[in-house]
Amino acid sequence: MSEANNNTIIIDGKEIPFTEGQTIMDAALAADIYIPHLCHRPGLKPHGSCKLCTVEVNGRSASACTLPAASGQEVSNNTEALTEVRKTITQMLFVEGNHFCPSCEKTGDCTLQAVAYHLDMLDGHFPQFYPKREVDASHESIVLDRDRCIMCELCVRASREVDGKDVFAITGRGVDAKLIVNSASGKLADTDITTDDLAAHICPVGAILIKEHGYETPIGRRTFDLHTIAEPGLEPVILRKGKHADEH
Amino acid sequence: MSEQMRRVAIDPVTRVEGHGKITLLQDADNRVHEARLHIVEFRGFEKFIQGRPYWEVPTFVQRLCGICPVSHHLAAAKAVDQLVGVEELTPSSLKLRQLLHFGQTLQSHALHFFHLSSPDLLFGFGSDVAKRNIIGVIEAHPETAVKGVKLRKYGQQVIAAISGKRVHGSAAVPGGMNKSLTKEERNVLLADIKDIIAWSEEAVSLNEQIHMAHPENHAFGKLNTNFLGMIGPKGELELYHGGLRARAPDGSTLFDQFDYRGYQDIIREEVRSWSYMKFPYLTSLGKEKGWYRVGPLARVNNCDSISTPLAEAARKRFKAFAHGSFVQDTLAYHWARMIEMLYCAEAIELLLNDEDISGSDLVVTGEKRSEGIGVIEAPRGTLFHHYKIDEEGMIKKANLIVSTTSNNQAMNESVRSVADQYIDGNEITEGLLNHLEVAVRAYDPCLSCATHALGKMPLQVELIDANGGLVDRLTKGSNGNIERSL
Repeated sequence: MSEANNNTIIIDGKEIPFTEGQTIMDAALAADIYIPHLCHRPGLKPHGSCKLCTVEVNGRSASACTLPAASGQEVSNNTEALTEVRKTITQMLFVEGNHFCPSCEKTGDCTLQAVAYHLDMLDGHFPQFYPKREVDASHESIVLDRDRCIMCELCVRASREVDGKDVFAITGRGVDAKLIVNSASGKLADTDITTDDLAAHICPVGAILIKEHGYETPIGRRTFDLHTIAEPGLEPVILRKGKHADEH
Repeated sequence: MSEQMRRVAIDPVTRVEGHGKITLLQDADNRVHEARLHIVEFRGFEKFIQGRPYWEVPTFVQRLCGICPVSHHLAAAKAVDQLVGVEELTPSSLKLRQLLHFGQTLQSHALHFFHLSSPDLLFGFGSDVAKRNIIGVIEAHPETAVKGVKLRKYGQQVIAAISGKRVHGSAAVPGGMNKSLTKEERNVLLADIKDIIAWSEEAVSLNEQIHMAHPENHAFGKLNTNFLGMIGPKGELELYHGGLRARAPDGSTLFDQFDYRGYQDIIREEVRSWSYMKFPYLTSLGKEKGWYRVGPLARVNNCDSISTPLAEAARKRFKAFAHGSFVQDTLAYHWARMIEMLYCAEAIELLLNDEDISGSDLVVTGEKRSEGIGVIEAPRGTLFHHYKIDEEGMIKKANLIVSTTSNNQAMNESVRSVADQYIDGNEITEGLLNHLEVAVRAYDPCLSCATHALGKMPLQVELIDANGGLVDRLTKGSNGNIERSL
């Protein structure tokens, strides 16, 4: 008991508890402290790829989603300098893909967009890459629009760890990295993914969507019309399937 | 161009939506031989929606325009209804779409008359340029100006109540709508509707008076044209859904209650080398004689009645002006536009009092098809959206004929007529420039919409330094060759 009491870290001056095995991100989420992140979802194995959750731990940069919490850690999270870094990372994510928020059916429900608003990102800053990426609409119920993919691998992990199917993977490196489908044809239609799978719903940016169901939630009732990304307990709301964000 | 001809260019035309450039071609006797309203903006929507999912289209294509996005949203939605095999919407969805469309038309018509055209009509075409604008109207006619601004605002409030935003909202989904109006939302809009109807009626009267008081306006840019527009089952004015009617200048019917899904049998489009905007014509009459006018003047002339009482009374006075035949005066576009605004205001009141507007039965489903055609009467005229999809639901082909495109030839003809009448020797005077712009503006052209097509047209790029000097210029010809000319 006394040992458990010693398991605390400090985030932006606030002492919070953690249990053995938790990462800094886990401890922060449990204490309702928001550390911006895109590639992390509770329940899936941490990935540490988006780098948005970069924090300063005792003066050194680290990914909050992968670094185990340990007594004595002093973590800086909500600082001006880190916000600037995170904004830059978010800008790079925008320009590396083709993100057309005005007509995107994920708008208002998109985590990338919400993070950008949270970080007060007002433009892309960097030159657009305008990559040429393929849309895979071969599946009868699910569409894969690679234009919006940010390579967070949430679908890869959801399919492998939760659905038990291994439908997706990232191949290539750097600017050549891309999301591929594990089937002989490389098409989604030739996999066993279904609309009941977590992988079909977990994409934070609308690269994987249920076909023929866009724009059904009116403006004013979308997730981020009603919530901010920094709101505690938002993860289950984002993942809830087929319901308006204000229906509980 | 022959050496005997002289080229006069006016660039840019102001107070139209988008950008235009006029070139007048004179012959050896300094007569205006041809007028060209150049469209130099470049859009490309037909091309870049290829490969996108069909259900994305209504939201995507409304970005063609910031002035009447609702028209594109709804025309595309009607096409998408067909793609999902829906022939008939629920009463609630149909009425919500109509209400959205009336709000849109009301705000667009109010914007055009009060903000863009009233300065010309209230102060005179040749009056002081410094005052001939909306600020001048606010100073000289504050009551009129304020009503104009509030009329537009009201139309936008109707749009926002249904689509969540005043511009570029989200409303139509395949086979229906994504929300209805609550009682509270209806009450907020009903609170002001009496004023809106009264002000619209005043705007009709004002335009009647202006047109009557200025006989010189009657012949200004006047043309004797065919008219094309949508009508309801009883031949009444219809803006959302109906058959197509075309009439010749003598009033004879070219076709009537035509199912718009066969539009390719009755309309063709001609491409000319000097404009990004195509030239549509009625197939049966051919390229030379088949051009026509659309929009308020065409619709109010073409219909047999208007279903709301005040607008119908105004229509009868309009028809009486031409002794029952067509009003062909180009400047009567303004008058007809205000009659339509009044119709929209009255129709909005009826719909807001209709319980179906708050209904919850909003979406119908059907059997998917590979082709969909949606047509609507946008504020500026008949608007065609045509899509083909592949087996996976992705857009394979798109064709849009927007309202301004249909008026393309008519605008050129009106400009030529006015230029020929007002040109003084071989000099462009400020007066001539003003008059040409008034002629173009009567059509309320939206040039950004009209250039949605990604063409293989010449394109010129200029590089201007901070001091305004031309640093470089590249011109891409229609053959794809790039030339540097400085």
